[in-house]
Amino acid sequence: MNRDIVFATAGFVAVVAALASVPVFAGPYGVTLMIGLLGYVTLASAWSLFSGPTRYVSLATVAFFGLGAYTVAVFGESLSYPLLLVVAGLIGLGLAVVVGLATLRLAGVYFVIFTFGLAELVRQLVTWYEVNMTGTLGRYIFLPVTPEGIYWQLLALAALTFVIAWAIGRSRIGLALKVIGDDEVVASHCGIDIARVKLALFAVSSVIITLVGAIQAPRWTYVEPSIAFNPTISFLTLIMALLGGANRLYGPMLGAVPLFLLFEWLSANFPNHYSIILGLLFIAIVFVLPRGVLAFVEEHWTRLRGNDTRAGKGAAE
Amino acid sequence: MLVTALLSGLVLGGTYALVAMGLTLQYGIARIMNLAYGEVVIAAAFLAYTLFTAWGISPVAGLLIAAPAGFALGYVIYGVMMRPLVARAWDKASLEIDSILATFGLLFVIQGVLLVVFGANFTSYSYLNVAVNVLGTTLAANRLLAFVLAAVFAGGLYLLLTRTLWGTALRAVSVAPGSAPLVGIDVDRAARMAFALGGALAAAGGVVISMYQTFTATSGVVFTMKALIVVIMGGVGNILGALSAGLILGVVETFVATYLDPGLTLAATYAIFLVVLLWRPSGLFGRIAR
Amino acid sequence: MKTFRRRQVLRTTALAAIMLAAGIANPASAQDRKSVKIGYAISKTGPNAGGAGITTLPNYQLWIKDVNDAGGLELPDGSKLPIEVVEYDDRSSSEEVVRAVERLATQDEVDFMLVPWGTGFNLAVAPLFDRYGYPQLAVSAVTDKAPQFVQRWKKSFWMLGGGHDYAKALAAILAEAGKTGAINNRVAMVSVADGFGIDLVTAARPAFEETGIEVVYDKTYPVGTSDFSPMINEAKASGADTFVAFSYPPDTFALTQQAQVASFNPKVLYLGVGTGFPAYGKNNGENATGIMSLGGIDPNNQANTDYRKRHEAVTGTAPDYWGSVITYASLQMLQEAIKRKGLDREAVSAELASGTFQTVVGETRFEDNQLRTLWWTGQWQNGTFVGVAPGDRAGVSKVVLPRPEWKQN
Repeated sequence: MNRDIVFATAGFVAVVAALASVPVFAGPYGVTLMIGLLGYVTLASAWSLFSGPTRYVSLATVAFFGLGAYTVAVFGESLSYPLLLVVAGLIGLGLAVVVGLATLRLAGVYFVIFTFGLAELVRQLVTWYEVNMTGTLGRYIFLPVTPEGIYWQLLALAALTFVIAWAIGRSRIGLALKVIGDDEVVASHCGIDIARVKLALFAVSSVIITLVGAIQAPRWTYVEPSIAFNPTISFLTLIMALLGGANRLYGPMLGAVPLFLLFEWLSANFPNHYSIILGLLFIAIVFVLPRGVLAFVEEHWTRLRGNDTRAGKGAAE
Repeated sequence: MLVTALLSGLVLGGTYALVAMGLTLQYGIARIMNLAYGEVVIAAAFLAYTLFTAWGISPVAGLLIAAPAGFALGYVIYGVMMRPLVARAWDKASLEIDSILATFGLLFVIQGVLLVVFGANFTSYSYLNVAVNVLGTTLAANRLLAFVLAAVFAGGLYLLLTRTLWGTALRAVSVAPGSAPLVGIDVDRAARMAFALGGALAAAGGVVISMYQTFTATSGVVFTMKALIVVIMGGVGNILGALSAGLILGVVETFVATYLDPGLTLAATYAIFLVVLLWRPSGLFGRIAR
Repeated sequence: MKTFRRRQVLRTTALAAIMLAAGIANPASAQDRKSVKIGYAISKTGPNAGGAGITTLPNYQLWIKDVNDAGGLELPDGSKLPIEVVEYDDRSSSEEVVRAVERLATQDEVDFMLVPWGTGFNLAVAPLFDRYGYPQLAVSAVTDKAPQFVQRWKKSFWMLGGGHDYAKALAAILAEAGKTGAINNRVAMVSVADGFGIDLVTAARPAFEETGIEVVYDKTYPVGTSDFSPMINEAKASGADTFVAFSYPPDTFALTQQAQVASFNPKVLYLGVGTGFPAYGKNNGENATGIMSLGGIDPNNQANTDYRKRHEAVTGTAPDYWGSVITYASLQMLQEAIKRKGLDREAVSAELASGTFQTVVGETRFEDNQLRTLWWTGQWQNGTFVGVAPGDRAGVSKVVLPRPEWKQN
C-alpha cells in the first residue's frame, strides 16, 4: 500500500510537470485549448468533491464561478493579483457557508432547482446592484496576466483539487461521506455529523469553483452578468462530472476531457449542425455508457485482463 | 391600482402555470426529469407561427393541431427513449440522472432542428392582442386566454386525477411506482400516458405563448427553468400546486414591479421560491416524506 | 485495484496528450495561394444567436457570396482570389469566442478575421485581434469608450457610435419638439438591465437634463421580463408625452403590443433594439408609423435600396435598419482596402484608418478609427425606417411628431 502511494505521488508529480511544460512546445492555440480543458476538469472535479459522495446535484456552479470573475473585475484595479485571488476565495467561502447552512434541509431535485434559483438570484442581485449603485453594467478587466500565467494557475488549482479529492477519499470524512451518500439515516445513527461534513465539503468545492472563475476572467477583457453568470457553465460541469462518474477520483476528468474535445471538434467542423449532432451523441452516450466513462473503461479493461476478482470490486463500487 | 396589479399578476401567473403543468405531470408521474420540455414549448410556438403566417390558421385552431401533436411526440419519446432508461434504472436517483442526461441531449436535438429550419431570428406575430376590460382593468385578450386555459386545464386535470379510476391509477404510480403493479396497474402504460399528456400541455402552452411573446429557437431553456421552479415550488406532480405556485409568482412579480422596482422582479421571484423551499422543503403542496 | 486504475488513466492521459500535440503541431501551409482565408466566430446557438442571426451572420454570408460570385477578392495586381471561409460557433460564451479567435489566428492562420456579435464579445476578442495584428471592424458594439479602445488597440475600428451619441440626438429632437409646443417636456423612461440599456440610459439622463427635459419615471427591468403592464401603467399615469424604452428585441415587441392593449398613446414613442427589424414593421403595419429608435436609412440612397433587395433575395430575410447595413459596409471597406493594399494586414489596417471608401451607405471613412456618420435616430414613416437625426446629414428625413394614435384592429 505504501509503495502504491509513492508510485501514485511520483506519477502525479510527473503528469503535472509534463502538463506544466505544455506552453513551451504547444502554440498559443494549444495553451488556449488547455486553459479551457483544465478549467472544466477543475470545475467538474470540484463539483464532484461535494456532489459525488453526497449525491446532491448542484447547479450553483456558475454562481460561484461568476462571483469569482466579478470579484476580479471589481477589485482588479485596486488590489494586487495574489490578494485578488484570496479575496475571491473568501467571498466564495462566505456565500458557500450561507447557502450551505440554508440548504441542509433540502434533498433530491429540490436541491437541484434550489441551487439553480440561487445562481439566478445572485446574477439578478449583481445586475441590480451594478445598475442602481454604480450606474454601469459592463466592467473592464485589464490585468497583465498572460495566457501562460492563467494556464499555470489553473494547472496548480487542478492539481490541488486532485490532491484534496484524494486526501478526502482516504480520510475519515471520506468514509463518512460514503455513508451519507448511501443512506443518511444510517449515517446519522453512526454518529456522523452530517451537516458539518456536508457544509465543509460544499465550502471547499465552492471556493475552488470561485477561484476558477477568478483565474479565467482576465481572458475576457469585459465582464457583465450575462457573461459571468452564463448558466451553461453549470450544466456542462454537471454533465461532464456525471458522464465521467462523479464519485471517483478520476471520473470527472474522464468526463471533462473527451466532452470538451468533442465540443471543440463539433463546433469547428459542424458549426451549423452542432446542436443536433451533440444531442444525438449525448443520447447515444447515455444508452451505451449507462454508468459513466470510468465504469465503462474499468469493466472492459478487466474483461480484457480476465482479472475477475478485481473486476468485481472495481465495478461494484 | 391594487386591483390592477393583482389582476395583471394573476394573468401573468396564468402563463407560468400553463407552461408548468405539463412538466409536473412528466416529472411527478412519469418520473422523467425532462430538460427538453421548453424545446417542446418552443417547437409548438413555431408550429403556431407557421400555421398562422403561412396558412392563416388562427392559433386557437392551432391549439387543436398542436396539442395532439404534442401528445403524439410525448408518447413516442417516452416509448423510444425513456422506457429503456426506466427499465434499467435500479433506483430513483439513477433514473433521475439518466433522464437528465438523455433529455439534455434531446434538448440539443430539438433546438438544432429548429435552428436549421427556422434560423436563429427573433420570431413574433400578434394575435388576439386586443384589450379586454375586467373589473376596470385592461388586460390583453391573449394573456387572459392563457390564464383561462391554465385554470381550465388545472381544474380538468385535478378532477381527472382525483375522480376517475384512471386518474387514481396515475396517482398511485406517482406515489408508489414499485407497489402499483401489485394492485394490477400497468405502470409503464400509466407513465407513458402521463408523459404524453405532459407533452400535449407543453404544446398547448407554446401555442398560447406564441401569441404574445417573442421567441427564438434557443429560448426553450428559459421556459424549462421557469416551469421547473413553478413545479418544485408547487410540489412535484401536484396540478393545483403548479397552478397556485404559478399564480403566486406572477402576482409577486407584478407587485414588485408596481410598488418596488421593476429591476427586482426576477430577483423577487427567485427569492420567494427559495423562501418557500426553505419553509416547506417539498414545495407548497408536496408530500413531506421524500 | 489502485494500481491498475492509475495505469490505465495514465495511458489515457498520454494518448490524449499525443493526439493534442499532433493536432497542435499541424502547420497550415499554402505558398501558392488559391484562396484568401477569412475566418469568424459567431453565436449560432445560445442567447446571442438571435441578435447575431439578424445583424451579422446574414451579411457575412451575403458578402462572401457577392465576392465569390464576382470571381473573388481583388488584389492590387488585379488578380482575384476566392474567399475560403473558416467558421466557428462561439455558443454565446466569452470563453469560447476567445478560444475560437485564437484558433483562427494561430491554427487556421486565416488572412483576415471578421468580428463576433455584441459589445462584450468584441471587447473580449479585441486583445487577440491586436496581438495577432488583425484589423478589427467592430460593428455590433455600442460603446462610449471607443476613443480609449482605439488608443489601446490601434487596429480596432468602432462603427456604431456610443450611448451618448444616440441619447443626445434624441434629447435634441425632444427639446425641439417641446419648443414648438407639440409635446410637453416630461419623459417616462425604462431600460433593460443589460449592457446596452444601461449604457444608453446613463447617457440619456444628463442629456435630458441639459436640454431641460424632465424625467418623471425612470426604471430598469431585468432581461427576460415579459410583462410590461406595470411599467406602462405607471408611465401612462405620469402624464409624460414621451415614452422611451432602451429595450432588447423581445421587450420591444412586447412593449409595442402591450401599449396597444393599454391604449397607451404617448406622442413620442422611442423603443430600443428590434424596432428596426423587418418583422417589426410587418407585424405592426400602420401602427409602426411615427415610432422612433436608433439607426435608420436614407430612403433615397439607391445603393442601400439595392443592398436591401439583394439581402432579402440571398438570405431570405430583409436586413434590419440599424446594424445590418453598417455590417455590410464594413465588409466592403475591408474588401476595398485589400484591393488597394493586398493581404498585408498592417497596410490594410493603415488604409482602413486613413482611406475613403464607397459603400452601400455612401462615402465612408473613419475618424480616429471610428465611424461617425451614422443615423443617430430613425423613425418609421410610410413603411420604411428612415433616419431623422443628425439633421444636417444629407438624405435626412423630417421627424414627424406627434405620432398617430394606435389603430385598434
